Amino acid sequence: MKVLTANRLSDGIAVWYADGGWAETVGHADIAHDKTGEDRLETIGAAAAANNEVVDVNLIDVEVVDGLVEPVRLREKIRAAGPTIRTDLGKQAAPEAIGA
Amino acid sequence: MYRYDEFDQDFVHARVAEFSDQVQRRLAGEITEDQFRPLRLMNGVYLQLHAYMLRIAVPYGTLNSRQLRMLGHIARKYDKGYGHFTTRQNIQFNWPALSDIPAILADLASVEMHAIQTSGNCIRNVTADHFAGAAADEVADPRPYAEILRQWSSVHPEFSFLPRKFKIAVTGAERDRAAIQTHDIGLHLKKNAAGELGFAVYVGGGQGRTPMVAKKIRDFLPEADLLSYCTAILRVYNLYGRRDNKYKARIKILVHETGVEEITRQIEAEWQELKDAELKLPEADIQAINAYFAPPALTARPEGDDAVKQARLDSKSFSEWLDQNVVTHRHPDYAAVTISLKGIGEVPGDASDSQMEAVADIAEKYAFDELRVSHEQNLILPHVARADLKKVYDALVEIGLATANSNLISDIISCPGLDYCALATARSIPIAQEISQRFASLERQREIGELKLKISGCINACGHHHVGHIGILGVEKKGSELYQVTLGGSADENTSVGEIIGRGFSSEEITDAIEQIVDTYLGLRLSSDERFIDAYRRVGPAPFKEALYAGETKAA
Repeated sequence: MKVLTANRLSDGIAVWYADGGWAETVGHADIAHDKTGEDRLETIGAAAAANNEVVDVNLIDVEVVDGLVEPVRLREKIRAAGPTIRTDLGKQAAPEAIGA
Repeated sequence: MYRYDEFDQDFVHARVAEFSDQVQRRLAGEITEDQFRPLRLMNGVYLQLHAYMLRIAVPYGTLNSRQLRMLGHIARKYDKGYGHFTTRQNIQFNWPALSDIPAILADLASVEMHAIQTSGNCIRNVTADHFAGAAADEVADPRPYAEILRQWSSVHPEFSFLPRKFKIAVTGAERDRAAIQTHDIGLHLKKNAAGELGFAVYVGGGQGRTPMVAKKIRDFLPEADLLSYCTAILRVYNLYGRRDNKYKARIKILVHETGVEEITRQIEAEWQELKDAELKLPEADIQAINAYFAPPALTARPEGDDAVKQARLDSKSFSEWLDQNVVTHRHPDYAAVTISLKGIGEVPGDASDSQMEAVADIAEKYAFDELRVSHEQNLILPHVARADLKKVYDALVEIGLATANSNLISDIISCPGLDYCALATARSIPIAQEISQRFASLERQREIGELKLKISGCINACGHHHVGHIGILGVEKKGSELYQVTLGGSADENTSVGEIIGRGFSSEEITDAIEQIVDTYLGLRLSSDERFIDAYRRVGPAPFKEALYAGETKAA
């Protein structure tokens, strides 16, 4: 199970591909369940990079917990939340946004 | 301190204009990321986990109040209210938008600062002893030479595309506070028997995945030959340094694979072609640069002795801070002050916008407008009258920066680690915070004595773990963070690389393990004068292995 992530070109903020656009939180990212889905996301990512919307595009492993997408690796968990030592910063600073 | 001349100012303004144009073209989609990446890196702009990061150069760690105030302004206006001082005596901001970076660079240029050559395969910010110009044990101020190297290395056409990054450090004292033997080139400014200034030259030190202590290739290089000799070293490196493998591209690998004798021969041969040509430094030029670093007029302040004596009686905490964070100055009425950015449980090296501004005010009022960033991620006031120490202390207490832990176990060097860094494999800062909390008692820390603990969140070793008395390296193993411990490293005039003590520890175990190591040391030291590093060198790893792992061996 994978989702597509990148950083937005203009401000570098971590984003995830969801519902035809780039969301600032991972919770509702589009999930690829198989190779076909992954290929689709990769094509979207390559096009968005070529179109200068985002940089550093990657597919990452995820699971679904309570209906929300969560990254598997610690690195991606931290990207999705913010620095663990500054919970006032990053996505976690607005917890209501994470479930949005 | 050094002031930009017309050429410097024009150069920096031109670079701001050039990079601003490049940013605009990138944002407009006129250039691709592949085209832009090398341009942004040349200007200190990285992409990390959460956002871009901007690394700003602080040449040889020297700042004035106006500059520090500007850093505070940038933190507040463009970032999230704080900055992170680094082991290269620089500062990083963790959240700038790319679209704001032209404005940030313009603000920096207005106070003679920039972010040039803080990344990329070029000669990086030249570092120096943070007590330069103030230290009682110094032969001469190393910063004029660092400045000469900065001018020479800035956009040097021959050395802008080296096999890999290149770091130079300079110290002017026997006691090395600039970690010169961990650098690509380390320079020890000294005097020969005739009283002339020159350098002992070390080459091929470095950390990363292959830590190496630099080799001394010359005991005395006359000061006039500084640039010709460094050019010879860089030329040999540029020609023969490996470009096929990023991990073998630093000069340390070339020195190791070629052998010290042969590489010295090559450098000396190259130097013979250069030494009497245009790179020879004219005495007048050295004097001109030296003049910029003329010490402030330190007037006699003999009332300091009584003032300090009285203040010690009045305040135990001041007295402790004095013992730990204040060092002898070459002028008996003055002292150099370490402002700890390692408050108990805080993020090592971080300072808020308002702290930066307040420290700038203190420096302006009590320290001749001069500040330093130390490679140990603290701030320094190099010249404070002893008579003013209590006022400085009180002002630092007000902003939460009076922790009396310089050189103690909680004075930890830590890289940003996986909380920010795209290269990291494990977190560093939470480990630093937990260890700092565990040893929160300053009384206990003082009982332990000097102990340099350094933490890196990946093998690149930005947190200098290889040269920590106790080093911690965070890695990822089977999806979890694992912390390897090295003991016996040191980054002073007796530089050594620490040895891995045994299997790593989980994030839950690591602080206990550190405590066990410290307790083992306390149990075996000959006296409280025997520092951790001295005790380790005397007894070796065995007692520490025994303390950490004996139970396991028996169980197995």
